[in-house]
Amino acid sequence: MSRRFTPKVVTANHLLEGDAVWLTSDNAWTRTMSEAQFLDDEDLANERLAYALTQEADVVSPYLADAQLGENGPEPTHFRETFRTRGPSNYAHGKQVEVA
Amino acid sequence: MYNYNEFDKAFLDERVEQFSAQVARRIDGSLTEDEFRPLRLMNGLYLQLHAYMLRVAIPYGSLDAAKMRQLAYIAERFDKGYGHFTTRQNIQYNWPKLPDVPAILRALADVGMHAIQTSGNTIRNVTSDHFAGAAADELLDPRPFAELIRQWSTDHPEFQFLPRKFKVAITGSPNDRAVVKAHDIGLRMVEKDGEVGFEVIVGGGLGRTPIVGKVIRDFLPQEDLLPYLESVVSVYNLLGRRDNKYKARIKITVMENGLDTYRELVEQEFIGRRALFNGVDQALLDEIHARFRRPDLAQGRSVEAFDQAYGADPVFRSWADTNLAAHKQGDHAIVTVSIKAHGETPGDASAEQMRVLADLAEEFGYDELRISHEQNVILPHIHKADLPAVHARLAAVGLATANVGLISDIIACPGMDYCALATARSIPIAQQIAERFDELKLEHEVGPLKLKISGCINACGHHHVGHIGILGLDRAGVENYQITLGGDGTETAAIGERTGPGFPADEIVSAVERLVKAYLEHRSSVEETFLETYRRLGMAPFKEALYGEVKERHAA
Ligand code: HEM
Ligand code: SF4
Repeated sequence: MSRRFTPKVVTANHLLEGDAVWLTSDNAWTRTMSEAQFLDDEDLANERLAYALTQEADVVSPYLADAQLGENGPEPTHFRETFRTRGPSNYAHGKQVEVA
Repeated sequence: MYNYNEFDKAFLDERVEQFSAQVARRIDGSLTEDEFRPLRLMNGLYLQLHAYMLRVAIPYGSLDAAKMRQLAYIAERFDKGYGHFTTRQNIQYNWPKLPDVPAILRALADVGMHAIQTSGNTIRNVTSDHFAGAAADELLDPRPFAELIRQWSTDHPEFQFLPRKFKVAITGSPNDRAVVKAHDIGLRMVEKDGEVGFEVIVGGGLGRTPIVGKVIRDFLPQEDLLPYLESVVSVYNLLGRRDNKYKARIKITVMENGLDTYRELVEQEFIGRRALFNGVDQALLDEIHARFRRPDLAQGRSVEAFDQAYGADPVFRSWADTNLAAHKQGDHAIVTVSIKAHGETPGDASAEQMRVLADLAEEFGYDELRISHEQNVILPHIHKADLPAVHARLAAVGLATANVGLISDIIACPGMDYCALATARSIPIAQQIAERFDELKLEHEVGPLKLKISGCINACGHHHVGHIGILGLDRAGVENYQITLGGDGTETAAIGERTGPGFPADEIVSAVERLVKAYLEHRSSVEETFLETYRRLGMAPFKEALYGEVKERHAA
């Protein structure tokens, strides 16, 4: 039996703003995780990460984060990644107010 | 305050120019992130969960009104209107944007400040008591000694490649407010036969392997300070492990070789080294003494205004009872301004609050401010007659919370609300605990209780030395909070002991409430503090308060 691959998205921090961004299927970086490319194939995930690693002019430290497919697109599965889609819990700062 | 000669204007200007060019080259693509990262870290710029973070140095936690106002300006102009005071006695900005960082560094340099971080395996910043130069229990001001150590260790040819970084802390009082037992070397001033010297402590530290430092010399004459320190560090330089990063700190070296062996080696080394120090260090110390600006305190003013307010105003009285400490000149007081209003983020001050602090320092406080490692701001010299006015001005901007040293005076690291290394959040837990005890109106009855929270094992929130410590962990993808009891960061230092299994986020506040209620039930008198009760009774009654109910539920 082959090990089941946990689906991923490619995520990073934006070079200038420093905030969380996700890689879309058309090679753009979005601030809305649900617009990211959902990667349920391991080879594809690695290929997209390899591409992201060449995008130093836009982003810093890309990595693969676990994701699941929700109604509107990819969603986080771990609380750390959930916080990255929102911002801090002590103030209404960051994505929870900046991203429509 | 000490006026740096090393960080003179030209030097700072040059560093700002240099880093501005590096930022520009990263943005235009001529520097890769691998090349840029070490450069930005050296300049205090970190990348966190939601943004960059800039860590600004505040040497010895001391600053004046002009510097505080500039910190306020930066908060407003380049951040979201606030800054975060940390346990490292510095200030962090949570939202700078990379293209703005050169302008921020420029603004800092304009008032002689910087974000340059000491790095590498060298002797780091020397830290000292935030009440230094003011406290009634102080034998001597420790800051000139701290500065002497800093000057001696900076560029010391023998100690540029130590096995690991090395931190020294020094307190001028027998009462340790600088957590000296959690440093590689701790120095505590003590008096013996009318002479003031140092108790020397080695091998303390928190983080992954928390250890209370041990006394290697119970009395070191002042003039032997540098040769002795040099001996301690040189023995470490030879014996310290370089094969394993987690075993490289002096705390492990002392543990593996035994304190007695370590002490013998140091004493042998000391004989030769002392002979080589021919008084240059003492001349340097004299020079440093001369360059420390100490305020000329007002003499002979009446303190009647204080007595009146104290008698008439219960709100003022409560604040005076918790937030003032004894000054060496009896008609003055040391004011600890709580940056821990109930429900707010520990250590966060708004630009407006910073400006009020600057104004008060200028008008009433000889232009001196300090940042404590407990994330509060100190006005070290306030005449008692001015305290009612200072209190009223603080109250107007939400800075008059009367809770210093109480359970809601919580130390909390940024945790997973900001920090990329975190395993769980700390800030919301701190906010909820403070709010719960405010609702219960219990904290003054409970009395001295230090609660400290870290969001991962790096222990930036000093949870190991909290009377109640909380460590946030990730347990199978859920935030979970582990409790330790009996930690102590003072001269009677101890590492807290784990109570047992942790609690999920929605149970941790009630768990802390049960602990505190168990204390109230078991204390022998109102004078016995939480820590004393714990030391007398041990873990059992607290464990029962935490887990007893659960067991019953299972049995039922
Ligand atoms: C938010 C970004 C931060 C990061 C990434 C960070 C990271 C770290 C790391 C990795 C260590 C362990 C260092 C080592 O032993 O090699 C450490 C230690 C420490 N940090 Fe932080 N930290 C951060 C914020 C803070 C803040 C805000 C404070 C103060 C509230 C703080 C106070 C400390 C202290 C006091 C230690 C030393 C603990 C000891 O004695 O071992 N840190 N930090
Ligand atoms: S203790 Fe951990 S979570 Fe908290 S600031 Fe330090 S590294 Fe971050």
